[in-house]
Amino acid sequence: MTTTGPGLRDRVTRLVEAATTPLLPRDYLDLFAPLRSGADLRGKVVAKRHETADAVTVVIRPGRGWREHVPGQYIRIGVDVDGVRQWRAYSLTSDRAAADGTISICVKAIPDGKVSNHVVRDLRPGTVVQLDQATGEFTLPGQRPAKALFVTAGSGITPVMGMLRNHLDELPDAVLVHSAPTAEDVVFGAELRAMAAAGRVRLVERHTDTDGFLKPAELAELVPDLHERTTWACGPAGLLEALEEHWAAEGIADQLLIEQFRPRVQVTGEGGSVTYNRTGTTVESDGATPILDAAEEAGLIMPSGCRMGICYGCVLPLREGAVRDIRNGELTVAAPGDGVLVQTCISAAAGACDIDH
Amino acid sequence: MTALQKKSENPVAHLSASDVEEIGRRLDAIRQEVVDSRGADDAAYIRKVIDVQRKIELASRAVLLLSKFPPAWVLGTAGLSVAKILENMEIGHNILHGQWDWMRDPKIHSTTWEWDMASPAEQWKHSHNELHHTYTNVIGKDNDLGYGIMRVDEDQKWIPLYLAQPLWNFVNACFFEYGIAAYDLELGKNLSTPARRNDPKFRAAAKQVLGKIRKQATKDYLVHPALSGPSFVPTLAANFVANLVRNLWSHSVIMCGHFPEGVETYEKTSIEGETRGEWYLRQMLGSANISGSAAMHIMTGNLSHQVEHHLFPDLPSNRYAEIAPKVKAIFDEYGLRYHTAPLPQQVASAWHKVFRLSLPNGWLAATNAKNLPQQLGLLYKLTTGGPKVRRVHDRAQRIAATRARQAAHAAEAAELAPAA
Repeated sequence: MTTTGPGLRDRVTRLVEAATTPLLPRDYLDLFAPLRSGADLRGKVVAKRHETADAVTVVIRPGRGWREHVPGQYIRIGVDVDGVRQWRAYSLTSDRAAADGTISICVKAIPDGKVSNHVVRDLRPGTVVQLDQATGEFTLPGQRPAKALFVTAGSGITPVMGMLRNHLDELPDAVLVHSAPTAEDVVFGAELRAMAAAGRVRLVERHTDTDGFLKPAELAELVPDLHERTTWACGPAGLLEALEEHWAAEGIADQLLIEQFRPRVQVTGEGGSVTYNRTGTTVESDGATPILDAAEEAGLIMPSGCRMGICYGCVLPLREGAVRDIRNGELTVAAPGDGVLVQTCISAAAGACDIDH
Repeated sequence: MTALQKKSENPVAHLSASDVEEIGRRLDAIRQEVVDSRGADDAAYIRKVIDVQRKIELASRAVLLLSKFPPAWVLGTAGLSVAKILENMEIGHNILHGQWDWMRDPKIHSTTWEWDMASPAEQWKHSHNELHHTYTNVIGKDNDLGYGIMRVDEDQKWIPLYLAQPLWNFVNACFFEYGIAAYDLELGKNLSTPARRNDPKFRAAAKQVLGKIRKQATKDYLVHPALSGPSFVPTLAANFVANLVRNLWSHSVIMCGHFPEGVETYEKTSIEGETRGEWYLRQMLGSANISGSAAMHIMTGNLSHQVEHHLFPDLPSNRYAEIAPKVKAIFDEYGLRYHTAPLPQQVASAWHKVFRLSLPNGWLAATNAKNLPQQLGLLYKLTTGGPKVRRVHDRAQRIAATRARQAAHAAEAAELAPAA
């Protein structure tokens, strides 16, 4: 066996780069092995199965650069919808021992959800998607709690399912209170009921179409020893706020961990305050003034070009917020990490905006 | 040709201001249709083109490893030429225009793309996207008009040096990518005075270009030949030829875009306070298309749809063919000339203009086999006679042109008279 010193490897790398310039060797390797080690993290969809009428589990084989996740964590996934890359966060649901190196997420189609509807209805096995490493604090501690409570609603079950599949047998006493409109709407319903039937978890299903929404006071009745439990909660913002209030009122706020996948409600009105994060400037801008003009009026030095939307010399990252194309009113909305770039010369604020400049 | 504003027959004189704005609205609507329907098929198209281009390049370079065998040399050189043309035209040029930014793929984006060309993407985007596309065909503003080294308009004063412009144009064609790099640097202007030469901004830009050229040359003229071992020299020659082919090809395509006879130019003052409709109109009359097959369109980077490209520089190139009939319908309806012809015809027309303007105004048109000796004598006089002689000639030309115009009007009037 021969060893190659870093010097030699560097020289080879430089030689290969000199042969592929202005591209990088990876641009060619990506054509043949997009999942290889050293590539940007991607994954290939290997299977898709329906959990309910509008929720699917997507099994993904991540690239070689994938690092193990901790159950309960989520990933951001970049999917091309109508040719446009869209990033969303989904909790990992896979059972690591049984997954053979794959990971899974569960996606529920939400009304008007661009990405969720695409994933549920159109995403095909074989598609390569973009990934980020798993992240998130909504996990079980190394020291497993003696008594655990999980309160979930709708697709809020997904991070908890990740924990249950991997660690349920390490939890001596676990209760799951799950809300869904009907019994059929319970994501992973059959599997959860099987876990409960085997005595591994106490499952309380709440069918909100008939039973109404769960109130924290009722929860106290359902789980009388709630004070003794560490609680993980995931679901709609309303439920989580109510739980936080209740736990705070009971003086046990430190026993509640929540995970929130806020529906992305952007104020998409006319105008808004535009923040330029590198200069720390905030400019109030109306819905008719290009953010380029507004920034320059405030004394910022901005990249610019034709000022009519054709040359792309003014493009800057919109880290978060919403802008409107003043030519046709088209709205562009961005969340952190989406990597959305906008032409500042024809974009007006349509809500608060954070521009990377 | 003369700037549109000075022409006796102004091709837009028949349009009212509201016509012009209506044209603008209709073109905006065409743009919007494409924007609304951009989608997965378009994304798949550009990814496919990139995929095919990279594979052709890899295969050609692999074949060239054995380039001392003539069939391998021919095949590899042909493949590499095609790959290099695709890379610059349908891929690089169009991505750098932001045509694919809407996909939000950081790997296919105007802000991250770099191309196989002497001029760094950043500098080219400024001079091309910003200057050329905004000030298209405005004399003194759009340096693409003759790249600052040629006489492209009758209104530019003729001097004997221009006699050599067909030669310059040919040399520029052979080394086009370096010509573009020099032009993006505004080398002529920036080398002219010590103050400009030492401007740190210029020096940084020049350094960037030299760095890019060094890398490009190292790749084509050192690394790949060296990898070919015993085929070093044939591979070097193959790479040189592939670059030459691409230079000649892209120069020809680009000449066809704005140079053929009949494409309009504009005066600087004419674009002050220009409306959106007027801007569109300038693009409509300042560009020329190349007709041909689908393969032809791809190899020109769809610059064969120069008219559509200049109206909508940021729409995906694969959609120009589809909107071309709608654009042409607007030209027809408003009595405007949609300039299109096959490649050989457009190239010939552009070269004709280069030759014509290399000579004093009116000289080429007035010359025939019979009067050739006198005309050559005249040319000799104008070349050696100094500015005064040339001024006299110019004035005579202008007077003759006015007389001819008046005579034509008179004849027209006489023809109409009996009918009236």
